[in-house]
Amino acid sequence: MRVIVCTKETPDTAAAVDVVEGKATWGDAPLVINPWDEYTVQEGINLKEQGASTVTVLALGGEDTREAIKHALAMGCDDAALIADEAFAQVDSLTVAKGLAGGVRQFDDVGLVITGKMTTDANGGALPVQLGRLLGWPTVTYVAKIQSFDVDGKSITVERLVEGGRQIVTAPLPAVISVVKEINEPGYPSFMGIRKAARAQYPTWSAADLGLDADLSAKVDWTNLEKPPVKAGDAEIISAGSVQEAAEQLADKLMEEKVI
Amino acid sequence: MILVWIENSGGQALSVSWETIGVARSLAGDAPVAAAVFGPDAAAIGEQAIARGADQAFVCDHETFTAYRVDPHASLLAELAQAHEVTTVMAGATTRGTDVLGALSVDLDAGLITDAVEASTEGDSLVAKRPVFSGKLVATVTSPAAPHLLTIRGRAFPQPEPDESRSGEVTAVDPALSEDEIPVKETGFEAASGEISLADAAIIVSGGRGVGGPEGFEPIRELAAVLGGAVGASRATVDAGWIPYEHQVGQTGKVVSPDLYIAAGISGAVQHQAGMRTSKVIVAINKDPDAPIFKLAHYGIVGDLFDYVPALSEAFKKRLT
Repeated sequence: MRVIVCTKETPDTAAAVDVVEGKATWGDAPLVINPWDEYTVQEGINLKEQGASTVTVLALGGEDTREAIKHALAMGCDDAALIADEAFAQVDSLTVAKGLAGGVRQFDDVGLVITGKMTTDANGGALPVQLGRLLGWPTVTYVAKIQSFDVDGKSITVERLVEGGRQIVTAPLPAVISVVKEINEPGYPSFMGIRKAARAQYPTWSAADLGLDADLSAKVDWTNLEKPPVKAGDAEIISAGSVQEAAEQLADKLMEEKVI
Repeated sequence: MILVWIENSGGQALSVSWETIGVARSLAGDAPVAAAVFGPDAAAIGEQAIARGADQAFVCDHETFTAYRVDPHASLLAELAQAHEVTTVMAGATTRGTDVLGALSVDLDAGLITDAVEASTEGDSLVAKRPVFSGKLVATVTSPAAPHLLTIRGRAFPQPEPDESRSGEVTAVDPALSEDEIPVKETGFEAASGEISLADAAIIVSGGRGVGGPEGFEPIRELAAVLGGAVGASRATVDAGWIPYEHQVGQTGKVVSPDLYIAAGISGAVQHQAGMRTSKVIVAINKDPDAPIFKLAHYGIVGDLFDYVPALSEAFKKRLT
């Protein structure tokens, strides 16, 4: 049974992101694997101990996306596929989901698709459920733990981290899950893994290769991008004589702000 | 018609659902706003939705909605949207709201705008602003043609007060899916330990590396309890295992927007700022006067959190009792 892990590249989270001529820029900061997807990839690899035969990394994007794929291969994925097409140059999450669903359908032995809970650039979070719905597979999002992964019985039981607590659910395979950070500790790529990843050959598919000839245009567009308004001036520093006096002063100010 | 999915649990609607009705009202013009309430006590919650500004409510109190699963909600919303000339479907930008409208976007082959902090209409277009790159930028997102799907960030819009004199029709509808058609089964639910969750909190008190260890969160918890707020944490403290992940604020944790955010012993890395910079009032307590958090804060105290946080708890106890 194959497990597919989905990923994409995002600017390093430490990057200072800015807007130049309506486009997001991040200076010299590198594009890295979407941080949430390190958990995605690691969870796929962990499932090999529970009967997954092959872990495939699947991504949609341009040449930069190869770095994210290389990272996933170096962590221990067995093989990869990239979906790259001009048709996906300006897309929303539904279109990305259509592309990824087309990629998943290229394999006939898929038991599970894993994604991160969201990407750190678009911050949408809807892609996992869109992908599952397109495939017609049950989707379980915000998974914090896989309690059981039963390849023979074709079912998965997971804990979801949701508002108000943890929901434990069982779903038949094949299924789609999105994972949160709590699920594991991602490993670092090994030296051997990095060497293997650098040499890896994998297919690049166009939309036509996937039989996606229907309308792939985005239903929503980013029509503007701007920096959020910045607060003027520095903090008002409370520096009364004693600790108690400072605490009293600050408490008074916060009561006046009517935020308590 | 604008359809608003009213998220509810334990017979109560989430406050973000009422905020969403307020936004729907402002976008609807002369068109009606309908609440869609699925789950236990749906009819009573439907009446409340009308008091909050909806014109009518579709309610379904079927057992398939008792435990949350995405499929029955999305499928019934799709049926309602197709039956009633719905131009826009809206929900709160919670984990469930994102799930349900995400699935609906496939059924309706419609665009989805998530996590809006501003929304307006321009002709047939829906235009919304939403934070992207974890709050480092704000995108204006345009959905040129109906149906539009929109989720609303909690606490970003005012909550309409209930007006009990309002009246409207509450229509019971049948579920779109039977239990046999829903593949996912709930086998258990562990409620969070009575703590206020970060997403709902009007006040958050957060600890960073400066707390020094798991026990260092005690004064943070005490101040949060005095203020009726939630406990937040920086990534460093979560990675060190001092506090569970659900408390993490920041780029790879929760993005929050409370009225008051008190950062104690947090230096304010750009990833942390991304999670809390839209808070209304920010207070920083840190030993290092050069900590970046002071650039973002409205009020600051340069000093040891173990002195000042307990002193603040005492100061507020006097004022709040």
